[in-house]
Amino acid sequence: MSEWRYRDALREALAIEMREDDTVFLAGTDIAGGGVMAVTKGLMEEFGRDRVRDAPIGEMALLAMAVGAAMAGYRPVVELMFMDFIGVAFDPLLNQAAKLRYMTAGAVEMPLVVRTQTGIGRSGGAQHSQSLEAVLAHIPGLHVVMPSNADDAACLLRGAIRSTHPVVMVENRHLYGRRFERPATFPKPELPGRAAVRRRGTDVTIVAWGRVVLDCLDVADRLQGEGIDAEVIDLRSIAPLDVETILTSVAVTHRLLVVSESVLTFGASAEVVRVVATEAWDALSAAPVTLGGLATPIPYSPALEAAWGPTPEGIEAAVRNLTRAIEVVHG
Amino acid sequence: MTTAPRTMDSTRLVEGYETMYRIRCFESAVSDAYRAQMIHGFVHSSAGGEASAVGVCLALGPDDYLTSTHRGHGHCIARGMRTDRMAAELYGRVDGYCGGRGGSMHVADPSVGLLGANGIVGSGIGIAVGAGLVAQLRLRGVAVAFFGDGATTTGYFHESVNLAAVWGLPVLFVCENNGYVEFTPWSEVSRIERAADLAAGYGIEGIFADGTDLEAVYTTAVGLVDRLRSGEGPFLLELSTVRIGGHYEGDAQPYRSDDVFARDPILRLRASLVERGIVGVEELVLVEYRIHAEIEAAFAFASASPYPDPSEVGAHV
Repeated sequence: MSEWRYRDALREALAIEMREDDTVFLAGTDIAGGGVMAVTKGLMEEFGRDRVRDAPIGEMALLAMAVGAAMAGYRPVVELMFMDFIGVAFDPLLNQAAKLRYMTAGAVEMPLVVRTQTGIGRSGGAQHSQSLEAVLAHIPGLHVVMPSNADDAACLLRGAIRSTHPVVMVENRHLYGRRFERPATFPKPELPGRAAVRRRGTDVTIVAWGRVVLDCLDVADRLQGEGIDAEVIDLRSIAPLDVETILTSVAVTHRLLVVSESVLTFGASAEVVRVVATEAWDALSAAPVTLGGLATPIPYSPALEAAWGPTPEGIEAAVRNLTRAIEVVHG
Repeated sequence: MTTAPRTMDSTRLVEGYETMYRIRCFESAVSDAYRAQMIHGFVHSSAGGEASAVGVCLALGPDDYLTSTHRGHGHCIARGMRTDRMAAELYGRVDGYCGGRGGSMHVADPSVGLLGANGIVGSGIGIAVGAGLVAQLRLRGVAVAFFGDGATTTGYFHESVNLAAVWGLPVLFVCENNGYVEFTPWSEVSRIERAADLAAGYGIEGIFADGTDLEAVYTTAVGLVDRLRSGEGPFLLELSTVRIGGHYEGDAQPYRSDDVFARDPILRLRASLVERGIVGVEELVLVEYRIHAEIEAAFAFASASPYPDPSEVGAHV
């Protein structure tokens, strides 16, 4: 069985798309030398500095530049080193990339990709750990994807580059070096919008995205031995949201647990629960449960950070609580 | 590569006058329509900026890109956009350039390289850098960013000019300095007297020209665009203009006392053309009549155009 790392999948996907389309180019701080996460390593050597462009620190201009290049017919892929940095680059996403297709009635396309990364559990502190997908998904016109494994990293990145919509791809820093089974053929491009059922089950639906999907799968495997059969949906795409896959699952399991590494209040979890509550109220036999981060900045100290977000133990307990009613019924 | 002539001959001068007059008539009709409540939202007149818009746009070729501002009608018309479809856009109708989705602050026509007016001050400066990069990679075209003096204090200006400078992009940053940042005199928000001097902070050349003098704008812009085409740049061009109206339609301007018409670029050009014998008054009057008729027809077209179908509200997201 051959393996590859999440980082390899991203790098190879970039290289494939750059070979196939001369208008694809990369820009970001320190990316020509490989970038802080070493995703773009070697690409400057193959494609040259015109297409693997180092940029000064100044994310506002970097992203606005990408908007202009996309409007002029190119396909920029810009690297925003940490997701937290969208604060200084928000206008190009909020008011430009997300809206210009609409405001021009489709006269321009917006084929730009922002690659960025996040992740708790590395003491990144309050300004280098946030998972802000809900902030972006709240803006109509932006697409947001969060791959939980190497295959998805490759196919979602290829799809993001080919999309005519602006796509923000949120990678996870703990996954870059992680090894996954490598498929026999390279993953094909996939546009944002489709979730994947990672594990079939009938007792409870766990919806998750990003790295925490892997925790949910581990928990589901552990509980299988106890007769709890959990279905795990990897959202992959936060916006557009694959409502159909979620509703289909809840119609079978009647129970919903949503897990993420982001702040729960006003978050994407709340949106998943809203959709299920409004579209499938009658299917629910228990109140939905959400697990995520506290409504506080993310603390630095490992001791505090561990108390901030979801843990495998917390996920397991939530699944047990949600399915307790089943055990009673089954007697 | 398209290279515009270095100076304006009489044909080009009359053509320039005609476009400037078209812009002024359009803005005047916009003002009337706004008072008649035919135009909704926020509208910013470009009256007074005609020489700047027309002089720069005449220096450009078909492959070049432009970004504009919330005060963008003049740039659009100078780039050749049709007044009837612009009026329809301001009226929120289907025949508008954006089908009524954009409005005054968001008129765009990418088919002529105009990547949009913009409601966020400074944003077009960054967008022009991306268009300039594409021009450089394609080895074809340049990009022009129009922006006001108020945009020079934004982060967009600083980051974008620096990025274009370190990447050596063919971008002409055109600061139209009308002396007012919304309701505040420019002198109260900057200790720099000449916006062109800001160029030194980025290691690029800054040039100043009188933005109410069509020929001065044109000859300066042509020279800079030629240099961009030969690989120099970027450049920061400051054009001093005058804002004949308020910040927006309906602004009573209690904060102003300057004589705007003393620097009216259209009166100035008209007098100069006649005095120098380049064109007779009779010919100019004929041009003006024709433009009045065009603008009247443009707004009649806008009035007759239907509103967009509400069922289309979700299209093009």
